[in-house]
Amino acid sequence: MRTIQTAEITKQIREMCIEANYFLSPDMKQAIEKAAETESTEIGKHILGKLCENMKIAGEDMIPVCQDTGMAVVFMEIGQDVHFEGDYLEDAVNEGVRQGYRDGYLRKSVVGDPLIRENTKDNTPAVVHYQIVPGEQVKITVAPKGFGSENMSRVFMLKPADGMEGVKQAVLSAVKEAGPNACPPMVVGVGVGGTFEKCAILAKQALTRPVQEFSEIPYVKDMEQELLRKINETGIGPGGLGGETTALAVHINTYPTHIAGLPVAVNICCHVNRHVVRVL
Amino acid sequence: MERYIHAPLDADTISSLKAGDFVYITGTIYTARDAAHKRMSETLAENGRLPIKLENNIIYYLGPSPAREGRPIGSAGPTTSGRMDKYTPALLDLGLKGMIGKGRRSREVKDAVVRNGGVYFAAIGGAGALLSKAIKKSEVIAYEDLGTEAIRRLEVEDFPVIVVMDAEGNDLYEKTAGDVVRNGSDRD
Ligand code: SF4
Repeated sequence: MRTIQTAEITKQIREMCIEANYFLSPDMKQAIEKAAETESTEIGKHILGKLCENMKIAGEDMIPVCQDTGMAVVFMEIGQDVHFEGDYLEDAVNEGVRQGYRDGYLRKSVVGDPLIRENTKDNTPAVVHYQIVPGEQVKITVAPKGFGSENMSRVFMLKPADGMEGVKQAVLSAVKEAGPNACPPMVVGVGVGGTFEKCAILAKQALTRPVQEFSEIPYVKDMEQELLRKINETGIGPGGLGGETTALAVHINTYPTHIAGLPVAVNICCHVNRHVVRVL
Repeated sequence: MERYIHAPLDADTISSLKAGDFVYITGTIYTARDAAHKRMSETLAENGRLPIKLENNIIYYLGPSPAREGRPIGSAGPTTSGRMDKYTPALLDLGLKGMIGKGRRSREVKDAVVRNGGVYFAAIGGAGALLSKAIKKSEVIAYEDLGTEAIRRLEVEDFPVIVVMDAEGNDLYEKTAGDVVRNGSDRD
Protein backbone atom coordinates (compact mmCIF):
# COMPACT_ATOMS: atom_id res chain seq x y z
CA MET A 1 0.00 0.00 0.00
CA ARG A 2 1.27 3.42 -0.95
CA THR A 3 -0.12 6.72 0.26
CA ILE A 4 -0.33 9.69 -2.09
CA GLN A 5 -1.42 13.15 -0.97
CA THR A 6 -4.12 14.57 -3.22
CA ALA A 7 -2.36 17.96 -2.91
CA GLU A 8 0.36 16.36 -5.03
CA ILE A 9 -2.25 15.53 -7.70
CA THR A 10 -3.34 19.19 -7.72
CA LYS A 11 0.23 20.36 -8.17
CA GLN A 12 0.90 17.95 -11.04
CA ILE A 13 -2.35 18.74 -12.87
CA ARG A 14 -1.69 22.47 -12.60
CA GLU A 15 1.71 22.08 -14.26
CA MET A 16 0.44 19.65 -16.87
CA CYS A 17 -2.37 21.98 -18.02
CA ILE A 18 0.18 24.73 -18.59
CA GLU A 19 2.76 22.48 -20.26
CA ALA A 20 0.18 20.96 -22.63
CA ASN A 21 -0.98 24.35 -23.88
CA TYR A 22 2.42 25.92 -24.52
CA PHE A 23 4.48 22.98 -25.77
CA LEU A 24 3.14 20.36 -28.14
CA SER A 25 4.54 16.94 -27.27
CA PRO A 26 7.70 15.94 -29.21
CA ASP A 27 5.78 13.39 -31.33
CA MET A 28 3.28 16.03 -32.53
CA LYS A 29 6.00 18.58 -33.12
CA GLN A 30 8.04 16.16 -35.21
CA ALA A 31 5.01 15.05 -37.21
CA ILE A 32 4.13 18.65 -38.13
CA GLU A 33 7.73 19.50 -38.99
CA LYS A 34 8.07 16.40 -41.15
CA ALA A 35 4.83 17.21 -42.97
CA ALA A 36 6.10 20.74 -43.65
CA GLU A 37 9.03 19.14 -45.48
CA THR A 38 7.16 16.49 -47.43
CA GLU A 39 4.01 18.43 -48.40
CA SER A 40 4.24 19.19 -52.11
CA THR A 41 1.54 21.81 -52.70
CA GLU A 42 2.63 25.40 -52.31
CA ILE A 43 -0.30 26.49 -50.17
CA GLY A 44 -0.07 23.40 -47.95
CA LYS A 45 3.63 23.92 -47.39
CA HIS A 46 3.01 27.57 -46.58
CA ILE A 47 0.39 26.75 -43.93
CA LEU A 48 2.49 23.98 -42.36
CA GLY A 49 5.48 26.34 -42.24
CA LYS A 50 3.30 28.82 -40.35
CA LEU A 51 2.29 26.10 -37.89
CA CYS A 52 5.98 25.39 -37.19
CA GLU A 53 6.55 29.10 -36.66
CA ASN A 54 3.51 29.17 -34.37
CA MET A 55 4.89 26.38 -32.16
CA LYS A 56 8.21 28.20 -31.87
CA ILE A 57 6.59 31.52 -30.90
CA ALA A 58 4.35 29.73 -28.40
CA GLY A 59 7.28 28.23 -26.50
CA GLU A 60 9.63 31.20 -26.74
CA ASP A 61 7.18 33.99 -25.93
CA MET A 62 4.90 31.93 -23.70
CA ILE A 63 1.71 32.37 -25.72
CA PRO A 64 -0.63 29.34 -25.84
CA VAL A 65 -0.25 27.40 -29.12
CA CYS A 66 -3.98 27.93 -29.72
CA GLN A 67 -6.39 30.35 -28.05
CA ASP A 68 -8.83 27.49 -27.50
CA THR A 69 -6.99 25.98 -24.58
CA GLY A 70 -9.68 23.38 -24.36
CA MET A 71 -11.81 21.59 -21.86
CA ALA A 72 -9.46 19.60 -19.64
CA VAL A 73 -9.81 15.86 -20.19
CA VAL A 74 -7.96 13.86 -17.55
CA PHE A 75 -7.29 10.11 -17.57
CA MET A 76 -6.34 8.70 -14.17
CA GLU A 77 -4.95 5.17 -14.10
CA ILE A 78 -4.83 4.37 -10.42
CA GLY A 79 -2.96 1.39 -9.02
CA GLN A 80 -5.24 -0.58 -6.72
CA ASP A 81 -2.66 -0.49 -3.93
CA VAL A 82 -2.71 3.30 -3.78
CA HIS A 83 -4.41 5.11 -0.92
CA PHE A 84 -5.21 8.81 -1.31
CA GLU A 85 -5.01 11.21 1.61
CA GLY A 86 -6.36 14.77 1.65
CA ASP A 87 -9.23 16.35 -0.30
CA TYR A 88 -11.59 14.25 -2.36
CA LEU A 89 -9.61 13.20 -5.45
CA GLU A 90 -11.83 14.82 -8.08
CA ASP A 91 -11.83 18.10 -6.16
CA ALA A 92 -8.03 17.94 -6.19
CA VAL A 93 -8.03 17.39 -9.95
CA ASN A 94 -10.36 20.34 -10.50
CA GLU A 95 -8.26 22.52 -8.21
CA GLY A 96 -5.25 21.69 -10.39
CA VAL A 97 -7.20 22.71 -13.49
CA ARG A 98 -8.36 25.92 -11.80
CA GLN A 99 -4.80 26.89 -10.81
CA GLY A 100 -3.29 25.88 -14.14
CA TYR A 101 -5.77 27.86 -16.21
CA ARG A 102 -5.43 30.89 -13.93
CA ASP A 103 -1.65 30.91 -13.54
CA GLY A 104 -1.00 29.84 -17.14
CA TYR A 105 -3.08 32.63 -18.70
CA LEU A 106 -5.23 29.98 -20.37
CA ARG A 107 -8.69 30.64 -21.72
CA LYS A 108 -11.68 29.75 -19.60
CA SER A 109 -13.94 27.96 -22.03
CA VAL A 110 -16.33 25.99 -19.83
CA VAL A 111 -19.99 26.82 -19.17
CA GLY A 112 -21.55 25.42 -16.01
CA ASP A 113 -24.79 24.29 -17.57
CA PRO A 114 -25.02 23.21 -21.21
CA LEU A 115 -28.23 25.16 -21.84
CA ILE A 116 -28.06 28.10 -19.42
CA ARG A 117 -24.45 28.62 -20.59
CA GLU A 118 -22.83 30.74 -17.92
CA ASN A 119 -19.06 30.58 -17.96
CA THR A 120 -17.62 29.00 -14.78
CA LYS A 121 -14.68 31.43 -15.17
CA ASP A 122 -12.05 28.91 -14.05
CA ASN A 123 -12.35 26.24 -16.75
CA THR A 124 -13.68 23.67 -14.29
CA PRO A 125 -14.98 21.08 -14.14
CA ALA A 126 -12.64 18.76 -16.00
CA VAL A 127 -13.87 15.57 -17.65
CA VAL A 128 -12.18 12.82 -15.63
CA HIS A 129 -11.92 9.15 -16.61
CA TYR A 130 -10.77 6.72 -13.91
CA GLN A 131 -9.37 3.28 -14.36
CA ILE A 132 -8.22 1.00 -11.57
CA VAL A 133 -5.10 -0.94 -12.59
CA PRO A 134 -2.71 -3.32 -10.77
CA GLY A 135 0.19 -1.86 -8.80
CA GLU A 136 0.83 1.21 -6.70
CA GLN A 137 1.45 3.92 -9.24
CA VAL A 138 -0.80 6.64 -10.58
CA LYS A 139 -0.55 7.51 -14.27
CA ILE A 140 -2.09 10.87 -15.16
CA THR A 141 -2.78 12.01 -18.71
CA VAL A 142 -3.95 15.58 -19.25
CA ALA A 143 -5.41 16.20 -22.70
CA PRO A 144 -7.02 19.65 -23.11
CA LYS A 145 -9.50 19.30 -25.99
CA GLY A 146 -10.48 22.08 -28.39
CA PHE A 147 -14.02 22.12 -29.65
CA GLY A 148 -13.57 23.12 -33.29
CA SER A 149 -12.54 19.54 -33.86
CA GLU A 150 -14.56 18.00 -31.00
CA ASN A 151 -17.76 19.28 -32.66
CA MET A 152 -16.93 17.32 -35.80
CA SER A 153 -16.61 13.99 -33.95
CA ARG A 154 -19.20 11.28 -34.54
CA VAL A 155 -20.55 8.00 -33.14
CA PHE A 156 -21.91 5.38 -35.57
CA MET A 157 -23.80 2.31 -34.40
CA LEU A 158 -22.96 0.02 -37.34
CA LYS A 159 -24.25 -3.49 -37.98
CA PRO A 160 -21.91 -6.48 -37.72
CA ALA A 161 -22.43 -7.04 -41.46
CA ASP A 162 -20.94 -3.60 -42.18
CA GLY A 163 -17.57 -5.02 -41.11
CA MET A 164 -14.22 -3.45 -41.80
CA GLU A 165 -15.46 -1.64 -44.89
CA GLY A 166 -18.21 0.00 -42.85
CA VAL A 167 -15.72 1.19 -40.26
CA LYS A 168 -13.47 2.68 -42.92
CA GLN A 169 -16.38 4.47 -44.56
CA ALA A 170 -17.53 5.86 -41.21
CA VAL A 171 -14.08 7.29 -40.53
CA LEU A 172 -13.76 8.79 -44.00
CA SER A 173 -17.20 10.38 -43.88
CA ALA A 174 -16.48 11.99 -40.50
CA VAL A 175 -13.16 13.36 -41.75
CA LYS A 176 -14.66 14.75 -44.95
CA GLU A 177 -17.47 16.39 -43.07
CA ALA A 178 -14.97 17.89 -40.61
CA GLY A 179 -12.87 19.36 -43.43
CA PRO A 180 -11.62 22.88 -42.75
CA ASN A 181 -13.64 23.25 -39.54
CA ALA A 182 -11.38 20.93 -37.54
CA CYS A 183 -8.13 22.81 -38.21
CA PRO A 184 -6.39 20.17 -40.33
CA PRO A 185 -3.92 18.51 -40.36
CA MET A 186 -5.92 16.37 -37.98
CA VAL A 187 -5.22 13.43 -35.74
CA VAL A 188 -8.06 10.94 -35.96
CA GLY A 189 -8.89 8.80 -32.92
CA VAL A 190 -11.15 5.84 -33.59
CA GLY A 191 -12.83 3.51 -31.10
CA VAL A 192 -14.30 0.27 -32.43
CA GLY A 193 -16.35 -2.11 -30.28
CA GLY A 194 -17.60 -2.00 -26.72
CA THR A 195 -20.85 -0.14 -26.17
CA PHE A 196 -22.14 3.30 -27.15
CA GLU A 197 -20.08 5.09 -24.48
CA LYS A 198 -17.11 2.71 -24.46
CA CYS A 199 -16.25 3.30 -28.11
CA ALA A 200 -16.24 7.06 -27.52
CA ILE A 201 -13.80 6.73 -24.62
CA LEU A 202 -11.62 4.40 -26.73
CA ALA A 203 -11.54 7.03 -29.47
CA LYS A 204 -10.55 9.75 -27.01
CA GLN A 205 -7.81 7.52 -25.57
CA ALA A 206 -6.56 6.80 -29.09
CA LEU A 207 -5.78 10.52 -29.46
CA THR A 208 -3.33 10.33 -26.56
CA ARG A 209 -1.22 7.65 -28.25
CA PRO A 210 2.06 9.12 -29.61
CA VAL A 211 1.41 9.95 -33.27
CA GLN A 212 2.65 7.51 -35.82
CA GLU A 213 2.88 4.73 -33.27
CA PHE A 214 0.69 2.06 -34.81
CA SER A 215 -1.60 -0.49 -33.21
CA GLU A 216 0.03 -3.73 -32.08
CA ILE A 217 -2.74 -5.73 -33.74
CA PRO A 218 -1.60 -6.38 -37.33
CA TYR A 219 -4.97 -5.99 -39.07
CA VAL A 220 -5.70 -2.80 -37.10
CA LYS A 221 -2.31 -1.39 -38.05
CA ASP A 222 -3.14 -2.12 -41.71
CA MET A 223 -6.42 -0.24 -41.34
CA GLU A 224 -4.67 2.71 -39.71
CA GLN A 225 -2.21 2.96 -42.58
CA GLU A 226 -4.83 2.52 -45.27
CA LEU A 227 -7.12 5.14 -43.70
CA LEU A 228 -4.29 7.64 -43.31
CA ARG A 229 -3.46 7.23 -46.99
CA LYS A 230 -7.09 7.60 -48.05
CA ILE A 231 -7.63 10.64 -45.83
CA ASN A 232 -4.58 12.29 -47.32
CA GLU A 233 -5.93 11.59 -50.80
CA THR A 234 -9.07 13.65 -50.10
CA GLY A 235 -7.16 16.85 -50.90
CA ILE A 236 -8.58 18.76 -47.91
CA GLY A 237 -5.04 19.68 -46.87
CA PRO A 238 -3.62 21.99 -44.19
CA GLY A 239 -6.20 24.55 -43.11
CA GLY A 240 -8.66 22.89 -45.49
CA LEU A 241 -7.11 24.97 -48.27
CA GLY A 242 -5.85 22.05 -50.31
CA GLY A 243 -2.89 19.68 -50.11
CA GLU A 244 -1.82 16.19 -49.16
CA THR A 245 -1.45 16.61 -45.43
CA THR A 246 -5.02 16.28 -44.17
CA ALA A 247 -4.18 13.99 -41.24
CA LEU A 248 -0.97 13.26 -39.38
CA ALA A 249 -2.15 9.96 -37.93
CA VAL A 250 -5.09 7.61 -37.52
CA HIS A 251 -5.18 5.69 -34.25
CA ILE A 252 -7.68 2.88 -33.78
CA ASN A 253 -8.39 1.23 -30.43
CA THR A 254 -10.61 -1.85 -30.29
CA TYR A 255 -12.58 -3.66 -27.57
CA PRO A 256 -14.83 -6.74 -27.46
CA THR A 257 -18.45 -6.03 -28.31
CA HIS A 258 -21.93 -7.61 -28.43
CA ILE A 259 -22.98 -10.20 -31.04
CA ALA A 260 -25.53 -7.71 -32.40
CA GLY A 261 -23.42 -4.61 -32.76
CA LEU A 262 -20.43 -2.75 -34.15
CA PRO A 263 -20.13 0.65 -32.41
CA VAL A 264 -17.63 3.05 -33.99
CA ALA A 265 -16.61 6.43 -32.59
CA VAL A 266 -14.49 8.92 -34.53
CA ASN A 267 -12.93 11.57 -32.31
CA ILE A 268 -11.39 14.24 -34.49
CA CYS A 269 -8.52 16.30 -33.14
CA CYS A 270 -6.74 19.19 -34.76
CA HIS A 271 -2.99 19.61 -35.13
CA VAL A 272 -3.05 21.08 -31.61
CA ASN A 273 -3.37 17.55 -30.21
CA ARG A 274 -2.32 18.08 -26.61
CA HIS A 275 -1.39 15.31 -24.24
CA VAL A 276 0.95 15.29 -21.28
CA VAL A 277 1.60 12.12 -19.29
CA ARG A 278 3.13 11.79 -15.83
CA VAL A 279 3.53 8.79 -13.58
CA LEU A 280 3.57 9.21 -9.81
CA MET B 1 -1.89 36.95 -55.19
CA GLU B 2 -0.59 38.95 -52.20
CA ARG B 3 -2.59 41.99 -51.18
CA TYR B 4 -2.11 44.61 -48.47
CA ILE B 5 -5.41 46.23 -47.50
CA HIS B 6 -6.87 48.58 -44.92
CA ALA B 7 -9.79 48.09 -42.54
CA PRO B 8 -12.56 49.32 -42.43
CA LEU B 9 -13.07 48.17 -46.01
CA ASP B 10 -14.23 50.06 -49.10
CA ALA B 11 -16.18 48.76 -52.07
CA ASP B 12 -13.28 48.99 -54.54
CA THR B 13 -10.98 46.96 -52.33
CA ILE B 14 -13.60 44.30 -51.74
CA SER B 15 -14.44 43.88 -55.41
CA SER B 16 -10.76 43.48 -56.24
CA LEU B 17 -10.26 40.58 -53.80
CA LYS B 18 -10.46 37.07 -55.25
CA ALA B 19 -10.85 33.70 -53.55
CA GLY B 20 -7.35 32.36 -52.92
CA ASP B 21 -5.66 35.75 -52.43
CA PHE B 22 -3.25 36.09 -49.50
CA VAL B 23 -4.28 39.30 -47.74
CA TYR B 24 -2.62 41.35 -45.01
CA ILE B 25 -5.00 43.62 -43.11
CA THR B 26 -3.97 46.80 -41.31
CA GLY B 27 -6.40 48.95 -39.36
CA THR B 28 -9.34 48.46 -37.01
CA ILE B 29 -11.39 45.27 -36.74
CA TYR B 30 -13.83 43.91 -34.12
CA THR B 31 -14.11 40.54 -32.39
CA ALA B 32 -17.36 38.71 -31.73
CA ARG B 33 -18.13 35.01 -31.37
CA ASP B 34 -21.07 32.86 -30.27
CA ALA B 35 -22.36 34.66 -27.17
CA ALA B 36 -21.80 38.16 -28.60
CA HIS B 37 -23.64 37.24 -31.78
CA LYS B 38 -26.55 35.86 -29.80
CA ARG B 39 -26.73 39.04 -27.73
CA MET B 40 -26.41 41.32 -30.75
CA SER B 41 -29.27 39.51 -32.42
CA GLU B 42 -31.40 39.83 -29.26
CA THR B 43 -30.74 43.57 -28.87
CA LEU B 44 -31.42 44.11 -32.57
CA ALA B 45 -34.80 42.48 -32.15
CA GLU B 46 -35.51 44.56 -29.03
CA ASN B 47 -34.47 48.06 -30.03
CA GLY B 48 -32.59 47.87 -33.32
CA ARG B 49 -29.35 49.14 -31.76
CA LEU B 50 -25.94 47.50 -31.77
CA PRO B 51 -22.86 48.27 -29.63
CA ILE B 52 -20.65 48.57 -32.73
CA LYS B 53 -21.02 50.28 -36.06
CA LEU B 54 -21.18 47.57 -38.70
CA GLU B 55 -20.83 49.65 -41.89
CA ASN B 56 -17.72 48.60 -43.83
CA ASN B 57 -16.31 46.77 -40.84
CA ILE B 58 -14.77 43.36 -40.32
CA ILE B 59 -15.75 40.97 -37.53
CA TYR B 60 -13.14 38.48 -36.42
CA TYR B 61 -14.57 35.31 -34.84
CA LEU B 62 -12.18 35.25 -31.90
CA GLY B 63 -12.18 34.50 -28.21
CA PRO B 64 -8.59 35.19 -27.15
CA SER B 65 -6.73 33.70 -24.21
CA PRO B 66 -5.89 36.22 -21.43
CA ALA B 67 -3.10 38.73 -22.08
CA ARG B 68 0.02 38.62 -19.94
CA GLU B 69 1.03 41.90 -18.28
CA GLY B 70 2.27 44.44 -20.79
CA ARG B 71 0.89 42.63 -23.82
CA PRO B 72 -2.18 43.59 -25.86
CA ILE B 73 -3.69 40.12 -26.09
CA GLY B 74 -3.05 36.41 -25.55
CA SER B 75 -3.28 33.67 -28.16
CA ALA B 76 -5.64 34.89 -30.88
CA GLY B 77 -6.61 32.48 -33.67
CA PRO B 78 -9.99 32.04 -35.38
CA THR B 79 -12.92 29.97 -34.19
CA THR B 80 -15.28 27.97 -36.43
CA SER B 81 -17.43 30.39 -38.44
CA GLY B 82 -20.34 28.04 -39.12
CA ARG B 83 -21.72 28.59 -35.63
CA MET B 84 -22.31 32.25 -36.47
CA ASP B 85 -24.21 31.43 -39.71
CA LYS B 86 -27.59 31.83 -38.08
CA TYR B 87 -26.86 35.46 -37.20
CA THR B 88 -24.59 36.56 -40.05
CA PRO B 89 -26.99 37.37 -42.93
CA ALA B 90 -28.79 40.00 -40.80
CA LEU B 91 -25.45 41.64 -39.93
CA LEU B 92 -24.36 41.69 -43.58
CA ASP B 93 -27.66 43.28 -44.53
CA LEU B 94 -26.91 46.01 -41.95
CA GLY B 95 -23.58 46.88 -43.54
CA LEU B 96 -21.01 44.39 -42.22
CA LYS B 97 -18.54 43.73 -45.03
CA GLY B 98 -15.96 41.26 -43.84
CA MET B 99 -15.61 38.23 -41.62
CA ILE B 100 -12.52 36.37 -40.46
CA GLY B 101 -12.86 32.81 -39.19
CA LYS B 102 -12.31 29.25 -40.31
CA GLY B 103 -14.48 26.60 -41.92
CA ARG B 104 -17.50 26.38 -44.17
CA ARG B 105 -20.45 28.80 -44.30
CA SER B 106 -24.12 28.15 -45.05
CA ARG B 107 -25.92 28.87 -48.31
CA GLU B 108 -27.69 31.80 -46.58
CA VAL B 109 -24.36 33.40 -45.64
CA LYS B 110 -23.00 32.93 -49.13
CA ASP B 111 -26.12 34.56 -50.62
CA ALA B 112 -25.82 37.47 -48.18
CA VAL B 113 -22.12 37.93 -49.01
CA VAL B 114 -22.94 38.18 -52.71
CA ARG B 115 -26.04 40.34 -52.16
CA ASN B 116 -24.11 42.87 -50.07
CA GLY B 117 -20.71 42.74 -51.71
CA GLY B 118 -18.88 41.26 -48.74
CA VAL B 119 -15.91 38.99 -48.23
CA TYR B 120 -15.12 35.99 -46.01
CA PHE B 121 -11.52 35.41 -44.96
CA ALA B 122 -9.91 32.44 -43.22
CA ALA B 123 -7.07 32.84 -40.76
CA ILE B 124 -4.94 29.78 -40.01
CA GLY B 125 -6.77 27.73 -37.39
CA GLY B 126 -4.60 26.81 -34.44
CA ALA B 127 -1.96 29.45 -35.12
CA GLY B 128 -3.06 31.72 -32.26
CA ALA B 129 0.43 32.51 -31.00
CA LEU B 130 1.62 33.59 -34.44
CA LEU B 131 -1.54 35.58 -35.22
CA SER B 132 -1.38 37.43 -31.91
CA LYS B 133 1.82 39.09 -33.12
CA ALA B 134 -0.16 41.09 -35.70
CA ILE B 135 -2.48 42.52 -33.04
CA LYS B 136 -1.08 45.73 -31.62
CA LYS B 137 -3.95 46.91 -29.43
CA SER B 138 -7.05 45.33 -27.95
CA GLU B 139 -9.84 46.94 -25.99
CA VAL B 140 -13.10 45.47 -24.71
CA ILE B 141 -15.86 47.77 -25.93
CA ALA B 142 -19.03 45.85 -25.14
CA TYR B 143 -20.44 42.85 -23.27
CA GLU B 144 -17.54 42.74 -20.82
CA ASP B 145 -19.42 40.20 -18.70
CA LEU B 146 -18.95 37.65 -21.49
CA GLY B 147 -15.23 37.35 -20.67
CA THR B 148 -13.36 35.93 -23.64
CA GLU B 149 -16.56 36.30 -25.69
CA ALA B 150 -16.82 40.08 -25.16
CA ILE B 151 -16.67 42.42 -28.17
CA ARG B 152 -13.17 43.84 -28.62
CA ARG B 153 -11.80 46.52 -30.89
CA LEU B 154 -8.45 45.43 -32.31
CA GLU B 155 -5.75 47.45 -34.03
CA VAL B 156 -3.99 45.09 -36.41
CA GLU B 157 -0.91 45.39 -38.58
CA ASP B 158 -0.49 43.11 -41.57
CA PHE B 159 -2.85 40.55 -40.08
CA PRO B 160 -2.52 37.51 -42.41
CA VAL B 161 -5.67 35.94 -43.91
CA ILE B 162 -6.73 34.13 -47.07
CA VAL B 163 -9.83 35.02 -49.09
CA VAL B 164 -12.12 31.98 -48.95
CA MET B 165 -15.28 33.53 -50.37
CA ASP B 166 -15.19 36.65 -52.53
CA ALA B 167 -17.95 39.11 -53.40
CA GLU B 168 -18.87 37.09 -56.48
CA GLY B 169 -19.42 33.99 -54.38
CA ASN B 170 -16.30 32.09 -55.54
CA ASP B 171 -15.37 29.70 -52.80
CA LEU B 172 -11.91 28.30 -52.18
CA TYR B 173 -13.12 25.41 -50.01
CA GLU B 174 -15.30 24.14 -52.84
CA LYS B 175 -12.19 23.02 -54.64
CA THR B 176 -10.58 21.38 -51.63
CA ALA B 177 -12.94 20.43 -48.87
CA GLY B 178 -16.24 20.24 -50.69
CA ASP B 179 -18.90 22.89 -50.92
CA VAL B 180 -19.16 25.38 -48.06
CA VAL B 181 -22.80 24.56 -47.83
CA ARG B 182 -22.43 20.83 -47.27
CA ASN B 183 -24.78 19.14 -44.89
CA GLY B 184 -23.75 19.60 -41.33
CA SER B 185 -22.24 23.05 -41.54
CA ASP B 186 -24.98 24.20 -39.21
CA ARG B 187 -24.12 21.56 -36.66
CA ASP B 188 -20.67 22.80 -35.78
S1 SF4 C 1 -9.84 22.96 -33.46
FE1 SF4 C 1 -7.86 22.85 -32.38
S2 SF4 C 1 -6.45 24.20 -33.47
FE2 SF4 C 1 -8.54 24.69 -34.13
S3 SF4 C 1 -9.15 26.39 -32.82
FE3 SF4 C 1 -9.89 24.52 -31.83
S4 SF4 C 1 -8.22 23.86 -30.44
FE4 SF4 C 1 -7.39 25.39 -31.84
